[in-house]
Amino acid sequence: MSSNKVYWKSVAQLNKYNGLVQKLEQNEFVDKIPVDEFLGDEKTMGDSNTNRRDFLKYLGFSTAAASLAACEGPVIKSVPYVVQPEQIIPGIANYYATAIADGFDFRSVLIKTREGRPIKVENNKDAFTLGDGNARVHASVLSMYDVNRLQGPKAGGQDIGWSDFYNQVESKLKAMAVSEKPIVLLTQTYASPTTQAIIGKFITQYPNVTHVVYDTLSSSQALDAFENIYGVRALADYDFSKAETIVSIGADILGDWQGGGYDSGYAKSRVPKKSHGKTEMSYHVQFESNMTLSGAKADKRIPTRPATQKKIIAHIYAQLTGESLSSDLSTEYKKVVDHVVTRLKRSRSKAVLVSGIEDVAAQEVVLAINEYLGSQVIDTAQPKLIRQGSNEAVDQLIDDMQKGKVKGLMTAGVNPCFTLPNAEGFKTALSQLELSVAFSLKEDETAAAVQFVAATPHYLESWGDYQFKKGHYALAQPTIRPLFDTQQFQDIILKLSGSSNTYYQEIRSNWSDNLLNGNSWNKTLHDGFLSSTNAIEYDEVSFDVSSQIKSLSSASAPAMSLVLYSKTGMGDGQQANNPWLQEFPDPISRVSWDNYLTVAASDAKSIGLKNVNVSDGALNGSYAIITVGDKSIVAPVLIQPGQAKGTVGLAFGYGERRGLKDEMQVGVNAYPFYNDFNAVQEVTITPAEGYHEFACVQLHNTLMGRGDIVKETTLEILNTKDKEYWNPIPKVSKNHIEFEVTSPEVDMWQAFDRSVGHHFNMSIDLNACTGCGACVIACHSENNVPVVGKQEIRKSRDMHWLRIDRYYSSEETFGGDDQTKENISGLGDSLTTFGEMENASENPQVAFQPVMCQHCNHAPCETVCPVAASSHGRQGQNHMAYNRCVGTRYCANNCPYKVRRFNWFLYNKNDEFDYHMNNDLGRMVLNPDVVVRSRGVMEKCSMCIQITQKTILDAKLEGRAIKDGEFQTACSNACSSGAIVFGDINDEDSQVATLKEDDRMYHLLESVGTKPNVVYQAIVRNTDES
Amino acid sequence: MASHYEASIRKPLVTGDKNYHDVTIDVAAPVEGNANRQWWIVFGIALTAFLWGLGCIAYTIGTGIGTWGLNKTVGWAWDITNFVWWVGIGHAGTLISAVLLLFRQKWRMAINRSAEAMTIFSVIQAGLFPIIHMGRPWLAYWVLPIPNTFGSLWVNFNSPLLWDVFAISTYLSVSLVFWWTGLLPDFAMIRDRAIKPFQKKIYSLLSFGWSGRAKDWQRFEEVSLVLAGLATPLVLSVHTIVSFDFATSVIPGWHTTIFPPYFVAGAIFSGFAMVNTLLIIMRKVSNLEDYITVQHIELMNIVIMITGSIVGVAYITELFIAWYSGVEYEQYAFLNRATGPYWWAYWSMMTCNVFSPQFMWFKKLRTSIVFSFIISIVVNIGMWFERFVIIVTSLHRDYLPSSWTMFSPTFVDIGIFIGTIGFFFVLFLLYSRTFPVIAQAEVKTILKSSGEKYKKLRDGE
Repeated sequence: MSSNKVYWKSVAQLNKYNGLVQKLEQNEFVDKIPVDEFLGDEKTMGDSNTNRRDFLKYLGFSTAAASLAACEGPVIKSVPYVVQPEQIIPGIANYYATAIADGFDFRSVLIKTREGRPIKVENNKDAFTLGDGNARVHASVLSMYDVNRLQGPKAGGQDIGWSDFYNQVESKLKAMAVSEKPIVLLTQTYASPTTQAIIGKFITQYPNVTHVVYDTLSSSQALDAFENIYGVRALADYDFSKAETIVSIGADILGDWQGGGYDSGYAKSRVPKKSHGKTEMSYHVQFESNMTLSGAKADKRIPTRPATQKKIIAHIYAQLTGESLSSDLSTEYKKVVDHVVTRLKRSRSKAVLVSGIEDVAAQEVVLAINEYLGSQVIDTAQPKLIRQGSNEAVDQLIDDMQKGKVKGLMTAGVNPCFTLPNAEGFKTALSQLELSVAFSLKEDETAAAVQFVAATPHYLESWGDYQFKKGHYALAQPTIRPLFDTQQFQDIILKLSGSSNTYYQEIRSNWSDNLLNGNSWNKTLHDGFLSSTNAIEYDEVSFDVSSQIKSLSSASAPAMSLVLYSKTGMGDGQQANNPWLQEFPDPISRVSWDNYLTVAASDAKSIGLKNVNVSDGALNGSYAIITVGDKSIVAPVLIQPGQAKGTVGLAFGYGERRGLKDEMQVGVNAYPFYNDFNAVQEVTITPAEGYHEFACVQLHNTLMGRGDIVKETTLEILNTKDKEYWNPIPKVSKNHIEFEVTSPEVDMWQAFDRSVGHHFNMSIDLNACTGCGACVIACHSENNVPVVGKQEIRKSRDMHWLRIDRYYSSEETFGGDDQTKENISGLGDSLTTFGEMENASENPQVAFQPVMCQHCNHAPCETVCPVAASSHGRQGQNHMAYNRCVGTRYCANNCPYKVRRFNWFLYNKNDEFDYHMNNDLGRMVLNPDVVVRSRGVMEKCSMCIQITQKTILDAKLEGRAIKDGEFQTACSNACSSGAIVFGDINDEDSQVATLKEDDRMYHLLESVGTKPNVVYQAIVRNTDES
Repeated sequence: MASHYEASIRKPLVTGDKNYHDVTIDVAAPVEGNANRQWWIVFGIALTAFLWGLGCIAYTIGTGIGTWGLNKTVGWAWDITNFVWWVGIGHAGTLISAVLLLFRQKWRMAINRSAEAMTIFSVIQAGLFPIIHMGRPWLAYWVLPIPNTFGSLWVNFNSPLLWDVFAISTYLSVSLVFWWTGLLPDFAMIRDRAIKPFQKKIYSLLSFGWSGRAKDWQRFEEVSLVLAGLATPLVLSVHTIVSFDFATSVIPGWHTTIFPPYFVAGAIFSGFAMVNTLLIIMRKVSNLEDYITVQHIELMNIVIMITGSIVGVAYITELFIAWYSGVEYEQYAFLNRATGPYWWAYWSMMTCNVFSPQFMWFKKLRTSIVFSFIISIVVNIGMWFERFVIIVTSLHRDYLPSSWTMFSPTFVDIGIFIGTIGFFFVLFLLYSRTFPVIAQAEVKTILKSSGEKYKKLRDGE
């Protein structure tokens, strides 16, 4: 009940009729405010003025008001843990072992998570098999944070719930099972024992289902060959670290050949090692059409057409075994064959011959040759299982679908509507089916063409088990709860089979029943892998390949062959929506954001194709019409040194397609040319109108005879001459006395005291580096390096902190270049000769050189910065204080290595650069330990100071000394070939301290006197031609 | 009586039989009269260019340096080219007013005012570039050693860019004071003649209460001399320090000990050319042919010829030293300059700076007004190319061939450059209508010794 009490303020108020009180109640102001009087009187107005005090009052008020109004700070919502999750400590990273198996890349990896977010992929160095990721594997974490991913199940293009999905699909499946209408389950290679079992159960439930495995890029011929000889459908494995002689015929052993993963073993055999007082390394001969990483690293590279490659295999076999063989092989090649055979015979069991030719006969002969040699490099007892697709089965499926024999199709992990050569025909056939289901991560062509789409999680959100090779298993575990409403293919299949188990439960029971053999599940899951010596025991194996030899030796070559290949950065194109990979410059061509037709210079000239540099240096290439059979497309041309005459190359994985951001719709689709799953096709090339704009990060291809940038020598010189001869320190003359440039006598700088604490150095072995680019992506991922897009790359504004320079020789060899430069006499000669040296040789030597900030002890960048934003650290690093930088770019100009990168624009939260840093999902990948740079500041390699500091602090907390190998950077950690070694040289026993004293050690541009903390190990080429 | 001995062959410096009042009238005329059509047209063009440049600057600051054509290899191009070019142009004024004052070269009196105005206006243009070329220009004050609360942050005294800050700001302030001091009696003259109260008020403010007493004159003379003494070393130091930006670096083509004298000579060269460009127009437009005579232009041309030749020798020395050094990077840098992708810039520079001034050996050519004007423009173009060649061709192909690239300007690069030209002319045109463009007080002192009328009187003609 409300109170009616009235409180009175004065006695007068008691009298209700007091007029004054009533009046006062109505008026707030007792006296009338003389507004009119004031404003109406012009005279008073004229006389009144604002005096100093008034002015100051107004000023004070307005300043205070304006600043108060501006004072509202940005609101950042942060939610604290109510219940602290076990194991997650804010600021401390957790690592989980898991495995990637996307049908193309199979690797055991470690995932770094921060506050529950996976942010980086690292190599699982302990894993025995496939523990080292390539560039794509390292970039795969970003593909999880892809805004274009499927976010839930769909039916007929509409979002539906999972229960509806199950109801509808199950009822259809059951109906079709009753009427015995055949359904095909088309999947990627899973190489998963439990998945195999689950699919088996599914087939038992629905006997009308058959399982077909489809590898987007097929190794079916090699699988067939292995099956024909050994009776097992698998691929031979190779341990190149044991090799003394490696002969590769069209096999990109450092690329994606048969699933890849051979670089670390290869690099081991390529680093010169002392044994019995003599330095030794392997010898590598490469026959190939396209210039590949393997060809670039080979001691002898012979550009060879695919047909000739077949003949060469036949000849090598014949000559090895002493069979006679007549063919039209030219004498030049015969000489090389003689040479190769001598080499193979000399190395015998330490020799290996591999081939990438997609031909059953060729692959059988390869197996026979290795058997004949008794090669220890090849491993057939524990073969690889990461490719299982069968061309025949896929062809059969397409045929059946077109004939209407197959009534239903379920695809998982594959995108046949894009990757099949006759994708359109397949789509038409698909639309006729009664049931079509796609299990897909992305809204790709197949997902768009089917009735039901099951959104599947990324591998970082999934469970899995894999058998990479016989006896070698890997386990995958989720590192984050699924970001979207997704379910794993295996879980769905289990549910459709009527099982109440989840995939995880199935894996656990399968492993404890069949695989663990007493090993602990928790430990295995923690390690991520399980290896055993389980090998296949073969009965009698026969190697009669005489008929194969004949067919190979009579191979005929078309006038022009198209050799399709997979690019280091893009592979089969699954991760085309990954901006890191699009921006990743191809290690050979150094072109990013594109694929292109690689053409030999002489062919380009005769066809009329050109590469030109425009006024800002950017590269343009003519267009060419590629015609294979009745299909033709227009593609840009890149003149590729080392391309075999009569061949052209084109990479898979590009082209316009669904589920990709507009920015990523680059390049042309090569899949329509992949007829019969054969990467070699007869082709005609005709020039087309116009020029294509490439985004190439390296516009100058040759070394210009500057042998001190990439130092190299031969194995023979290394063994016979001392260091002074082949790796001298440059000299400088002072008072007519020659001093080494490193001598304190000619040093004008005051040296820092480096004896206390850590002094970080990095060694890069140019012999071991295969140019794979895993370090480039690892650096990109660790350091939040922005993606700038095709147009900016084209303007030479790439932001990579770590780049891998690739040089071609202008003469046959780099030594020849140095010679040519030395022999220049007179001005006229130098004018013409330097001009000629800008062009690469038709079959050049290639050198890779990873370059990042050299962390000079006498850094030219530090002296020139007016605000001291660039300064030296106690541990040898050259620091960059982003907050202090005003962006004069003087440091970048004065850097002899050109490693500094400027933020020309705002690269995050900017719609002009709509890559991962422009959406909340993509920003989840950012490393919270590294600041995201703003516009207008310089940035560069920090030697991953956030990682080294963490190592130091951890050791300090634990009260122990730091062991060698604990100090790592993102690049040294990602380097599986052991080329990049990082550590503390004040620790005299450390590997890097030893490498710094190595005879092969040199500093880049030593003569400039910068005293870098990065050292290089000179290239040694095994040029022994005997 | 002549204040100093004068050979009889010396020609009069002031022609047209001027007396003191004539000088006053002539100098005050542009200030007191109204601007003609041509002035408004030229001013309109300059203002448009200026505003366009302002727009480009705003775009750059709003969006980022990425709007320019720079890249990872070429971190400076038009920005610093323009900076050095404008600073170079700014050299003539001080040289004319200070050095020639110390050397008692009386012919400077007719041109020093405008030459100094040109100096100040061009240093203003130059000063713009180091600020706007920064990635974060709003933090430009960080290059000043101001005590701050950012922590123990201080500028890096090793950096030549910091030396630039001091050199340019000192130069600008000394030049400004020197110029203004000289202006005081002339402003006072206009103040005394002014009829409109507003004008009178302004000019009395500008003239700092000049009274014309003997004490004023005495102090004026003393200050002028002291300032001339102070400014003279600046003529040499400013461009020396600017050249250190390059000379102290490690980039082949920049790392060159010849740079300081070479840059100073180049600066005087371009500065005199710009003075010629401006005065040849001004003497015509403002009817000052009697003060700025062919003789002046000829003398300027001789300076241009000499400094041009010095610059030429420097170019050739660079080539020789590159070869003689035996350093392959150095050799290639210069070979590439002359024959690489930017050969056209190098040979434009050579033609404009080394060959064209050689025509001045011919008296007929160096006394031709039209020809002098053409050469002055050519020299200015050549000197712009010189800086472009030094900056861009050295950077675009330095040590590691993997980083070699090219530079191509965007419309913003070009817009900002044109904008500064516009800004310069806006200032100069305003100056020519509001300031006494000839140091009339000084010119009056030489009327009796070097004025045509008085010479005739003296010679009894």
